[in-house]
Amino acid sequence: MTDAAIITTSPSCCVPGDLVAESAAGMRRPVAIDPGAPRPDLSAFVRTDDLGASHLHLFVENMQCAACIRSIESGIKSINAISTARVNMSTRRLAVSWRDASFDPRRIIETVNALGYPVAPFDPEQLGDADARDERGLLSALAVAGFAATNVMLLSVAVWSGTDMGAATRDLFHWISALIALPAVAYAGQPFFRSAFAALRGGHLNMDVPISLAVLLAAAMSLHQTIGGREHAYFDASVTLLFFLLIGRYLDRRARAKARSTAEHLLALSATAATVIDADGGYRLLPMAELREHMIVHVAPGDRVPVDGVIEDGLSDLDTSLVTGESLPVSGGVGDRIFAGTMNLTGSLRVRVSASGENTLLGEIVRLVENAEQGRAKYVRLADRAARIYAPVVHILAAATFIGWLATTGQWEPSLIAAIAVLIITCPCALGLAVPVVQVVATGFLLRRGILVKSPDALERMAEVDTIIFDKTGTLTFGRPELKADGDWSKTDLAEAAALARHSRHPLSRALANTGQIAASNVQETPGMGLAGVIDGRAARLGNRAWCGIDIDAADESIGPELWFRIDGRPPTRFTFSDQLRPDAKPAIEALRAMGMEIKLRSGDRRMAVAEAAGVLGIEDWRSGCLPADKTNDIELLAGSGRKVLMIGDGLNDAPALASGYASMSPATAVDVSQTAADLVFQGDRLMSVVIALRTARAATRLVHQNFALAVLYNVIAVPIAMAGLATPLVAAVAMSSSSVLVTLNALRLRLMKLG
Amino acid sequence: MDALAILIPAALVLGVIGLAAFLWAMRSGQFEDLDGAAMRILVDDDDTGPPDISKSDS
Repeated sequence: MTDAAIITTSPSCCVPGDLVAESAAGMRRPVAIDPGAPRPDLSAFVRTDDLGASHLHLFVENMQCAACIRSIESGIKSINAISTARVNMSTRRLAVSWRDASFDPRRIIETVNALGYPVAPFDPEQLGDADARDERGLLSALAVAGFAATNVMLLSVAVWSGTDMGAATRDLFHWISALIALPAVAYAGQPFFRSAFAALRGGHLNMDVPISLAVLLAAAMSLHQTIGGREHAYFDASVTLLFFLLIGRYLDRRARAKARSTAEHLLALSATAATVIDADGGYRLLPMAELREHMIVHVAPGDRVPVDGVIEDGLSDLDTSLVTGESLPVSGGVGDRIFAGTMNLTGSLRVRVSASGENTLLGEIVRLVENAEQGRAKYVRLADRAARIYAPVVHILAAATFIGWLATTGQWEPSLIAAIAVLIITCPCALGLAVPVVQVVATGFLLRRGILVKSPDALERMAEVDTIIFDKTGTLTFGRPELKADGDWSKTDLAEAAALARHSRHPLSRALANTGQIAASNVQETPGMGLAGVIDGRAARLGNRAWCGIDIDAADESIGPELWFRIDGRPPTRFTFSDQLRPDAKPAIEALRAMGMEIKLRSGDRRMAVAEAAGVLGIEDWRSGCLPADKTNDIELLAGSGRKVLMIGDGLNDAPALASGYASMSPATAVDVSQTAADLVFQGDRLMSVVIALRTARAATRLVHQNFALAVLYNVIAVPIAMAGLATPLVAAVAMSSSSVLVTLNALRLRLMKLG
Repeated sequence: MDALAILIPAALVLGVIGLAAFLWAMRSGQFEDLDGAAMRILVDDDDTGPPDISKSDS
């Protein structure tokens, strides 16, 4: 492995402590474009606009601080042809453009890689562009509603407090209010009107139906009052309602977009594209969708294999842990079958594509995942469940008010006004804010602890979980071997072995690499065998038994993964390894038990390894050698008996189980399909993330319930006032604002809670 | 009451200016990268403006 490649796996700037741990755990993270590999052609990702400028969009990994922005942007701009380079820190994207058609965009990738940041090109048109426009539309609507609300309120307060105001002045103020409010409602209310209309056409009610009715009727009635020169105009209520509700809607949309863009980012870095070798020997980067059978794909060491295929040329060690759950690498040579998702560790490979798209093992698992997800789509969010009760009740109350007034007074106009007042007062302002604000606070809290919430209803489902199924390799453990401390090697042996090991990506070598200061020269790696080099003028070797010339029968085989080290002048020494549990696995499992969870372990690994982990953690219900279907069957059985299962896993073999669980989590080191299937993704070494996520989910759901209760309480007080016809515009404004502020403050309490 | 003839238009014009400024800022991409904006203040040579949304698709 080259020095440049080492740089790309370690963040190169001011890294906070927990992120260092993450990058160590991220050893298995794919380096999207390996600096040592031949530079592939990027033309499939370059977009040229009408003005002749070319644009390239890249995902950038490892950006942490202002220095990263500066060094990337100034580094790229130092290339003459480049006209603009702009890093977006929120989405971790880099947009570069240039005018010179002859410029080779590969230089951009080389430059950024040389600075120490792995990058992956992506096609912005395939990523939620429509969502971004939607979000901007909501923000414009929010701005207009805010403008209208403040200005109308200015006039309304004058009307309410001006006891000596003449009728002419009051009418003037009402007319000006109408002038501001009516266009504002027409523009800013559109997101609600559209959604309400779609719901009505589909024959059902949603929260937007009473919202739209209240806003439109309030505006219409106020206009009628203004034309008639009467006292009560509700323009302020109508625009303030819109303003508050749009805040909730915007927060909700933003939280979702952020979660989705994070997920897309993770995906793009693992496999957006494959390097195809053409018949003439040229390299091209092709999007996955354009791969065809019989193409030859180049897989550099450190890359994830993008396709199912047969090895055409090359020899390497392959980490199949994400595909099968097996924790040890296997060697692969010419003629061996290889599956998408496998990590290529030591040698360059040429792979002939044998299946693409749907027909790969990956494709089959994706189909299983999709089937399972259809079952989950039936889940109805809390807010929607509330709306199903809320909307009819509101309409019945308004109708009852109208009929009641008509029966007692016999006049339709005051009856209609009272009914509309009921609609305005009950408008689910507090409800509309109650859920999004809690959601935003909770996801923000989790994000700061390295836990990404991917689906909007994930926290609600997490809060109901009562059973947890863990995968072993990569989930309870790191999924990478760690050196056992009880070998008969000395410190010198270790330091010298490390000098060789630093030159390899093999997981056993990585486990040694971080010790010692000694340097080795002339290091060569033979895939499947080991490393050879020179330390202090003495020849040294690190690798398997055959590589170091050890008699095969000399020691027993059952001890697990091992590496031999041999240097001239000393007898060979042996290093043994085991897949270590995450350091906080035991306390985390105990904390989960204390929360009342039932813990189970399902692994595809060997019986011995699973039994040992289960023993240490005190998990009684465990099974080894599980196939993907075994895990989903177990989950379905549990679901059938009324259990709500949280599945936590990282491998390709876990993906269907993740999708069929009631909720699911996966570590950020997981294979992309699993990260897509999971509701939450946690970064870093700490299994405590699971505990934190569950606690936060429960706290958030509790707060949502409290906010619903507050909203109901507010209505119990306010609705009778409105039905009695006493809801003047002033009463409506005070009631609405105070209830909204109250639920927002209650949601913010989440920040004060101790959740670990 | 003559004051109203000046004060109300003044309030409205100021409000409209604020709204227009916000919409301009949004259209010109200043809300696209709030995390980056917080960090860019630490960068010395800030020589580029925000990206033009009409050209970039991010």
